[in-house]
Amino acid sequence: MDRRKSLKAIALGTISTGLLLDACKETDKKAEPAKTEGTTGKIDRMPEETEHFNKINAEKYFNAHEMATIALLADIIIPKDEVSGSATDAKVPDFIEFIVKDMPEHQTPMRGGLRWLDLQCLRQFEKSFKDCSEQQRIAMVDQIAYPNKAKAEMRPGVNFFNLMRDLTCTGFYTSEIGVKDIGYAGNKPNQWNGVPEDVLKQYNLAYTEKENKECVSYK
Amino acid sequence: MGELQIKKQTVKYDVVIVGSGAGGGMAAYMLAKAGLKVCLLEAGPLYDPAKNITQLKNPWESPRRGAATRFRPFGDFDACYWGWDIDGEPYTKAAGTQWDWFRARMLGGRTNHWGRISLRFGPKDFKRRSIDGLGEDWPISYDDIKPYYDRVDELIGVFGTNEGLDNDPDGVFLPPPKPRLHELFIKNAATKAGVRVIPSRMSMLTKPINDKRGACFYCGQCGRGCQVYADFSSSSVLVKPALETGNIDVIPNAMAREVLTDKEGLATGISYVSKDDMMEYQVNGRVVVLAASACESARLMLNSKSQRHPNGLANSSDVVGRYLHDSTGADMGGVLPQLFDRKRYNEDGVGGMHVYSPWWLDNKKLDFPRGYHIEYWGGQGQPAYGFGMGIQSMNGKFLVHGKQKEAGGYGASLKEDQRFFYGASIGMAGRGEAVAFRHNNCEIDPNVVDKYGIPVLKFNVKWSEHEINQAKHMKETFKEIMHSMGAIITWGGDDGPENNYGLHAPGKIIHEAGTARMGNDPKNSALNKWNQAHDCKNLFVVDGAPFVSQADKNITWTILALSMRASDYIVDQLKKNNL
Repeated sequence: MDRRKSLKAIALGTISTGLLLDACKETDKKAEPAKTEGTTGKIDRMPEETEHFNKINAEKYFNAHEMATIALLADIIIPKDEVSGSATDAKVPDFIEFIVKDMPEHQTPMRGGLRWLDLQCLRQFEKSFKDCSEQQRIAMVDQIAYPNKAKAEMRPGVNFFNLMRDLTCTGFYTSEIGVKDIGYAGNKPNQWNGVPEDVLKQYNLAYTEKENKECVSYK
Repeated sequence: MGELQIKKQTVKYDVVIVGSGAGGGMAAYMLAKAGLKVCLLEAGPLYDPAKNITQLKNPWESPRRGAATRFRPFGDFDACYWGWDIDGEPYTKAAGTQWDWFRARMLGGRTNHWGRISLRFGPKDFKRRSIDGLGEDWPISYDDIKPYYDRVDELIGVFGTNEGLDNDPDGVFLPPPKPRLHELFIKNAATKAGVRVIPSRMSMLTKPINDKRGACFYCGQCGRGCQVYADFSSSSVLVKPALETGNIDVIPNAMAREVLTDKEGLATGISYVSKDDMMEYQVNGRVVVLAASACESARLMLNSKSQRHPNGLANSSDVVGRYLHDSTGADMGGVLPQLFDRKRYNEDGVGGMHVYSPWWLDNKKLDFPRGYHIEYWGGQGQPAYGFGMGIQSMNGKFLVHGKQKEAGGYGASLKEDQRFFYGASIGMAGRGEAVAFRHNNCEIDPNVVDKYGIPVLKFNVKWSEHEINQAKHMKETFKEIMHSMGAIITWGGDDGPENNYGLHAPGKIIHEAGTARMGNDPKNSALNKWNQAHDCKNLFVVDGAPFVSQADKNITWTILALSMRASDYIVDQLKKNNL
C-alpha cells in the first residue's frame, strides 16, 4: 500500500495503525526510490520560495579550486568508517555550496577561511592545501582543529575550521547516509506506547499507576 | 497602473469575516452551520495539509535541510507561510521599542504554526485586577465561558488529564501519550524541586473523534500540518467542514483595507485589495466579524475612520491598539549525561511535549504579580540544519566511552562523538503572563504604507519590572530543575539583569492580545462581553484583540471558546432582528 493511500485509510478508520506499520515496512523501499539530493524534493512551496530557490540554485559561489578544497576538508572531518560513508559520499560539498548562497552570512568566513588556509599551507609547505600531500594536510588541520590548544596566531584558522566542521557535520547528518548512521528511528507512522520496557529497566524508571491507567496505549 | 476601479460584489452576505485563523475559522464554522450566508476573507492563499505536504519528509528533501528562511522562519518544513518579514508588508517601531510581529498569510492563519498547547483560562485569570490591583477584570467569569470550553474540547479534540487544579480547569480530555524518557527524568527532577509536572494538554487526536479526521500516528510533526487532520488547524478542522455546508464563500489573497460604514456608523462590509489581480473590491454583509489577529484587526479599525468614527471605527474609548501584550518567554537548554550513548528507538510522539508544568506558586509571596507555565523538550529528534554543530563545546567536556578527548577534532573519532551525544539534549521554556498596560500599543504610522497603500502599524511596547522579575524567577527555577536531574546547562544559563534575564523581546512568543479589549464600560473598552463593538453593534472582533488579560495560558483555546460564544450570540441577535 502506498503511503498516501495508507494515510487516507487511517483517516477513514478503515485500517488500524498497526496494519499500516507493517504495510509501510514492506513497501517503503520500493515506493521511494533514491532521490537526488539538493533538489527541492516534493515539499509544499509558495511561489516566492520557488523563485528564490531557482535564483540561488542557478548561481555558482565557490570556484573549482575552492570546491576541491572543501571536498578534501569535508572528508577529513567525516571520513568513511565501519558504520557509514564519507562526507563526499553524502554529497556534503554540494550542500555547502547551496547553503552559503541561502545563508550569505557564511560566504565571507568560508571564502576568507579557505584563502587563509591556502596561505598558511603556502608558507609552511610551499603549496596550496589542495596540492599538499595527505600528511601535510593533516599536519595543517591538526594546528586548527583543536580550539583549546591551538596557537594564538592560528585563531582565524580555528574559527574557519569550526565553521567547516559545523557545516560538514550538519550536511552529513541530515543526509540519508547520516540519518541512518546516527540512528534516528522516527519520521514514520507509529503507535507510541511509552518508553520500551528494557530502556525503563536500564534507567531504573517505571510509569506510575496513574500514567498506566490514564495514558493512551496500543496492543 | 491601468484604470483603477472598485468592483462591488452584488451578493449581500449575512456575515463577512476577515481572517481564517482560530477566531475567524470558528466563526465561519458556527455561522455557516447555523445556515447564515458567510463570506470569509483571507489575506493569503488556500491551504490544505492533505495536499500542501511537508509532513513525513526527510531532511535531505529540503536543500537547506530544514533550516529557517524568511518565508518559513520556523524551518523549511514548517507549514506556515511567512512570519516576521513579509514582502511588501512592513511595520514600524517607536524609538526604543523591540517588537517582533509574526504574521501568517494562508488559510487557517497562525493555527498552521502554533504548538497546539490548548489550555483553558482558570477562574482567577478573569479577575486579576481584583487579585493584584493591576490591569482590569474581564466582564465575564469562568462560569460564562466554561460551557464553550467544553464544546470546543468536544468539537476539536484535546488530550490531557483531569487533575482538579483550582486555576487550571479540568476539561473533556482524550487520553494523553505517555511521557518520553527525558520527560520522565524531568518529571522526577522537577517534582523534587517542588514544581508540579502533569500530562500536557494539546489538540491532537489520540483517539478518533469522527469519520472526517484520522487519529494521531506519532510522527512528531504537527508543525508541518497533518495529512489526516489528526491535529487542530483552523483550515482543516473548521473551514473545511464550513465549506461543506455550501453556505460560505472563501476569498483567498484578499487583503482587507477597511471596514465600510454607513451614515449611522453601522458596518456595511469590507473593502479589500486582491493580491491576485491588484484590483479593489467591496463585499457587503449585515454583520462584520474581524479576526485578522489582534494587531491586524486593530489596524483595520484604526484605518476605518469616518464622520461617525473619527478616531477609528468603534474607538470612542481610545483603547483600540492599546493594552497590547504578548506572553513572556525565557528558555534554557542542556544535556543529560545519563542519556549519553543511549539506545535508539522511535520516540517522536506527538508534535511537542507530553508533560508540562502549570503555574504552581502563589504570587502574593513573590516579587512579580503573574504566573508562568513551563514547557519541556528533548530527546532523539529528526536531524535538521544545526544538528551536529558546536561539537567542540561538548566533546572536550565529557568523557566519551570513558576517554577524555581534546575539544574539537575530526575524523572517525568525531563520528563516534556525534553518535555518543545524540538524543541527550533537553530544554525548558517559561511562558508567562505579562501585565497589559495602556501605554503599550500599536497605532497607525502616519508616514508609512504597505505595497497596497494601506497605512501600517507602528509599535510602542516595553516590558515592565513585573515581566523582568518573572523571567528572573523562571531562570532560577530552570537551574534548580537542571541541577536536580544532574543535567549540564549548555545555553541560557548566564543571563542576568543586563539582558533582562534572557526575557525574549515582546512579540516573540506570538501570543499578542488586548488591542480591542472587552468590558462593561464603553469609556474604557472597545467591545462588550459578547465581543460586540460598543460603538457599532454589527461589528464583532473574535481574535486575540478582545482579551483583557491573557493568563499564562496560550490564548488559542480561549479565542476559540469566545468566538464560538460570540457566534451563538450573532445567530440569536440576527433572529431577533437586533443587528
